[in-house]
Amino acid sequence: MLTFTIRRLLLAIPTLLFISLVIFLLLELAPGDPMAQVPLTVPPEVKEKMREALGLGDPVYIRFWKWLVQFFWVEPMHLIDNLFGTSLAEGQQRVISWQTRSPVMDIVAQRIPQTLWVVGVAYVVAVIIAIPIGVYSAYRQYSWFDQAGTFVTMVGFSVPPFFSGVLVIVIFSVHLGWFPSIYDTTHKVTDWDSFVVQLKQMVMPVMVLALQITSQISRFMRASMLDNLGQDYVRTARAKGMTEKAVVLIHVLRNSMIPVITVIALGIPSIFGGAIITEQVFKVNGIGQLLITAIYANDIPMVQTLTFIFAVLIVLFNLIADVLYGILDPRIRYD
Amino acid sequence: MTDPERPTEPASNPAGAGAVPATDAAGSYRAPRNQWWDVWDQFKSHKGAVIGAVFFILMVAAVYLGPYIWTIDPTYIDIRAKNQGPNLLHPMGTDQLGRDTLARMLAGGQVSIAVGLTAMALSILIGTVIGVLAGYFRRLDGPLMRFTDLFLALPLLPLLLVAVLLFRDMLSAAFGPEGGVFILIVSLIGITSWMQTARIVRGDVLALKEREFVLAARSIGTPSQRMVTRHILPNVLSPIMVSATLGIATAIITESALSFLGFGFPPDFPTWGRLLFDAVDRMQLYPERVIWPGLAISLTVLSVNYIGDGLRDALDPRIRGR
Repeated sequence: MLTFTIRRLLLAIPTLLFISLVIFLLLELAPGDPMAQVPLTVPPEVKEKMREALGLGDPVYIRFWKWLVQFFWVEPMHLIDNLFGTSLAEGQQRVISWQTRSPVMDIVAQRIPQTLWVVGVAYVVAVIIAIPIGVYSAYRQYSWFDQAGTFVTMVGFSVPPFFSGVLVIVIFSVHLGWFPSIYDTTHKVTDWDSFVVQLKQMVMPVMVLALQITSQISRFMRASMLDNLGQDYVRTARAKGMTEKAVVLIHVLRNSMIPVITVIALGIPSIFGGAIITEQVFKVNGIGQLLITAIYANDIPMVQTLTFIFAVLIVLFNLIADVLYGILDPRIRYD
Repeated sequence: MTDPERPTEPASNPAGAGAVPATDAAGSYRAPRNQWWDVWDQFKSHKGAVIGAVFFILMVAAVYLGPYIWTIDPTYIDIRAKNQGPNLLHPMGTDQLGRDTLARMLAGGQVSIAVGLTAMALSILIGTVIGVLAGYFRRLDGPLMRFTDLFLALPLLPLLLVAVLLFRDMLSAAFGPEGGVFILIVSLIGITSWMQTARIVRGDVLALKEREFVLAARSIGTPSQRMVTRHILPNVLSPIMVSATLGIATAIITESALSFLGFGFPPDFPTWGRLLFDAVDRMQLYPERVIWPGLAISLTVLSVNYIGDGLRDALDPRIRGR
């Protein structure tokens, strides 16, 4: 298991390098000019100097190498500095945003808590709802609960978040006026009342995200339970005279959870991607919204870093899912 | 989609093959039946799938034939009739420039469904070619599957957004603003959604390669090309059909998402996503404008998903006939 994990970790390095190259080259083609905002009265040679100051004078491969060094060496060092008060990255060039002229990672660090709050809560809520639904629908297959559950998950699967989000805004904040339609990220939780306000503004984005995730996971849970309920060991357990509760909730559920857990792990990065749309609908200024504004503003270092963070998340959670699968199911260890 | 002329491949239906001697033993001889009739029978028994199929066909018909009946030009601006609610002259109301919403919905549906179908066709084509090559030729298996894994690890939505912004002006200049964006969006969606199909097809081809009829075909000297087109492809048709159906749904959603984020078609060129995006600014005053395109997207995708569900059941010989 350990060798497998190490091998997968080593394989992740070329994958990440390839992805960073793709992202870098794609943005290399970008037609946008960071000097577009500079007034026309500035003479061309000054503009050329400014371009060089942004590091645009070098050939492509040198800039790629510099970006790699900045991203994989300087930024982690800086993180360590911040955590332990050391000064490893003192004076090193960091990845600088063209929009704000401040380090990209600082802005990302400001934005990540908002995204994590909304997405994280939505994911937890969704998993908590999805698993019982999946279990019960499979246990009473073709009952009215199953029919209704299948229909609802199908709807949740098909309604895109940019419609369900807008729909809940129309219903709950325009017509009923229960919740605010815009997520206020400057809001601080200090006492009970402000906590209630925070809860209220989180309800709708969480609801929209959770609907999507719940429908995916409960479909998987149902299918996986159905697979296991027909197995011989279930009949054996029943024949031994175990209670139905023990058979379903201990034997079948534990075995059915194996593929579901990997699906849950695999879904986490795609949720960050899906949250781009939800953040846009509810005006949450998380990393998704940061990406959109950066693309519009032609802020290439920011787009590179954010896209690469998404890629790292995907590779990381793929790895976690693979390793978890091996740990949970001894039959599929790869050694 | 289904091809009634194709002779039944005995190997494609192991469960059915086992069931034939039983009916023979009963003494009643039934004329050999095309397997697609069995598929159709099973598909019919899935209520959701039938409703979905009927709805989808109606939707396509409405969107493509509707403009011949509802002849108002979707780009005609009648500023005196702006911001109307649903009435007899404009069943879905008008927008802030007085353009008829029903006509715009129909025009938008044409684009959205066309994008869905073409992007699906492209992604199925790429997925099938890569899957068959990887499954059939052992030497290509490793590299092609690593390639697929790499694609699966790409953060697709951010890259799509970036790519649209990069190539939009270039293609618009070459093919006109609408044609350019259409080509761009279709090819981007196709290029970023073939991986699941490739994986499924490869798995099925790998399993098929070990079957006796493939060995038999090879022993009479069938060249690789004919092996693939004649023996392998017809037998991996069912997973391809299922992922094709589901591919339409993903393509429609992706196109709408891009339009919704403002990275899709130009503003005066309606698609369902674009209509939704335009309506969001005024949703406090005119919520129905958000509802129409959103409902159209959701119901189309829902019906397509149900068709896919029904097809999957119908094409799975283990479920069929139960």
